[in-house]
Amino acid sequence: MVKTVVIKPKVDINKVNTHILPVDFEYYEPRTLRELVELLDKLGPSAKILAGGTDLLVQIKQRAVEPKYVVNIKKVRELDFIEDRGDYLAIGAVTRLRAIEKNSLIAEKFTALHEAVRAMAGVQIRNMATIGGNLCNASPAADTAPPLMVFDAELKIVGPGYEKVIPITQFFKGPKKTVLKYNEVLAEIRIPYPKPPTGSAFIKIARTAMDLAKVNVAVALRVDEDDYIRWIRVTLGSVAPTPVRARSVEEELIDKRFSEEIVRKASRLVVNDISPITDIRSTAEYRREVSKVIVRDALLIAYKRVRGV
Amino acid sequence: MERRIRFRLNGEWVEVTVKPNELLLNVLREKFGLTGPKYACGIGECGACTVLVDGEPVLACLTLAVDVDGRDVVTIEGLARDGELHPLQKAFLEHGAIQCGYCIPGFIMVAKRLLEENPYPSEEEIREYIRGNICRCTGYVNIVKAIKAAAESLRAGSSSHT
Ligand SMILES: Cc1cc2nc3c(=O)[nH]c(=O)nc-3n(C[C@H](O)[C@H](O)[C@H](O)COP(=O)(O)OP(=O)(O)OC[C@H]3O[C@@H](n4cnc5c(N)ncnc54)[C@H](O)[C@@H]3O)c2cc1C
Ligand code: FES
Ligand code: FES
Repeated sequence: MVKTVVIKPKVDINKVNTHILPVDFEYYEPRTLRELVELLDKLGPSAKILAGGTDLLVQIKQRAVEPKYVVNIKKVRELDFIEDRGDYLAIGAVTRLRAIEKNSLIAEKFTALHEAVRAMAGVQIRNMATIGGNLCNASPAADTAPPLMVFDAELKIVGPGYEKVIPITQFFKGPKKTVLKYNEVLAEIRIPYPKPPTGSAFIKIARTAMDLAKVNVAVALRVDEDDYIRWIRVTLGSVAPTPVRARSVEEELIDKRFSEEIVRKASRLVVNDISPITDIRSTAEYRREVSKVIVRDALLIAYKRVRGV
Repeated sequence: MERRIRFRLNGEWVEVTVKPNELLLNVLREKFGLTGPKYACGIGECGACTVLVDGEPVLACLTLAVDVDGRDVVTIEGLARDGELHPLQKAFLEHGAIQCGYCIPGFIMVAKRLLEENPYPSEEEIREYIRGNICRCTGYVNIVKAIKAAAESLRAGSSSHT
């Protein structure tokens, strides 16, 4: 009897064919936030929200996600806005990155966020991708997370019959994990205006202009007339399971008089706050070393912005 | 469940039945025979599939066809007017900015929007704007030159194209 030998291919072709979406799903287009949340509640955990689709559709193509239902959130007009509310700026979750990039208030008051968005992908993706999608996808490398964290942003989450506002620091639970339940949506991001004079900056190290970060950092600080640092935030991405605050650096610098020397010394402490890994984009060693450098550079740039030079 | 969608395609309203998981790129190429937008990476990295939706360049490989219901879609096939090529198309030809040509429809669609937003782009601004598009042949130098030249001819208003 002839024995049949089955040779298993190394790669499953169905998982690398990016030509089609190899999953059948039902599709919904709710028009209001209320309808959206009721629908998610009814459909259960096998439904996925579709915003810009620049993460989700790639994941479906690779069969990393196989949703039974896809709920397009972009027709919910009440989630698409950038609004000055006096004490804080509110950004609706489905606001496109391109709209954020073009907003002059954001460029002026939240420079680090403006720079982060400009550093993301190409213009086509920025026309499609939403800020809510960037946060909810919860990549440790998500570029909008560090700047939103340095500005102490809060997130409005809406579920069936309730809403709550939480600090962004409580939102991320790990790579691809957030606190959101299947029937909850991120509705808006609220960023309090920092007390003047505050300066901020964002720096990203990536292989190409299109790529996700090997490391990214956002900083913000306020100094008084005598150059004493009175408020400071340092946050890094891609060097831990979630974006992280560099508290060692912050604690070292708070209430100290700003100088290049002390900033250089304090920046080295960032290694105490991060736990980078080696992956396809970079090595743990490189990430540790370059983190020190970009924390320093970002602080120097932010300081210059406070001083308006 | 299939859906009937209706959208403007290169200036004319069209109707088509699609499944929710059908991608705009495949619908354009297979149902409308518009093979200008190209399939290359399929995951947003290369820009070869770029089309304009409501005037903005987006990636057809990551857009659901159902998502363009009621909207305005323009592909490279929609740029020529009365048999005359768009100034960008002419400039790409004149400056040897095309080798194999696979990436070119994507570049031209992106450049079209660039020149609407910024009629006087610097070389740096052009390079910045086309960073989502990959070309394996030309080395980009002639592409940048062609976009600059097209900007000039559009400013001179020497054509019926807007
Ligand atoms: C070529 C390429 C380059 C990229 N470059 C970068 C880069 O430089 N920096 C970077 O940070 N990212 C980058 N990305 C990733 C991606 O573009 C961003 O994360 C983008 O912001 C995702 O937004 P989206 O609207 O497309 O999300 P989608 O793909 O629509 O959704 C992402 C996830 O969030 C969920 N979701 C979306 N909105 C909500 C909501 N309001 N409430 C609850 N859940 C929600 C979805 O269910 C899904 O799981 C890149 C992607 C590609 C393809
Ligand atoms: S095929 Fe769409 S970006 Fe490459
Ligand atoms: S001309 Fe061949 S890929 Fe650009």
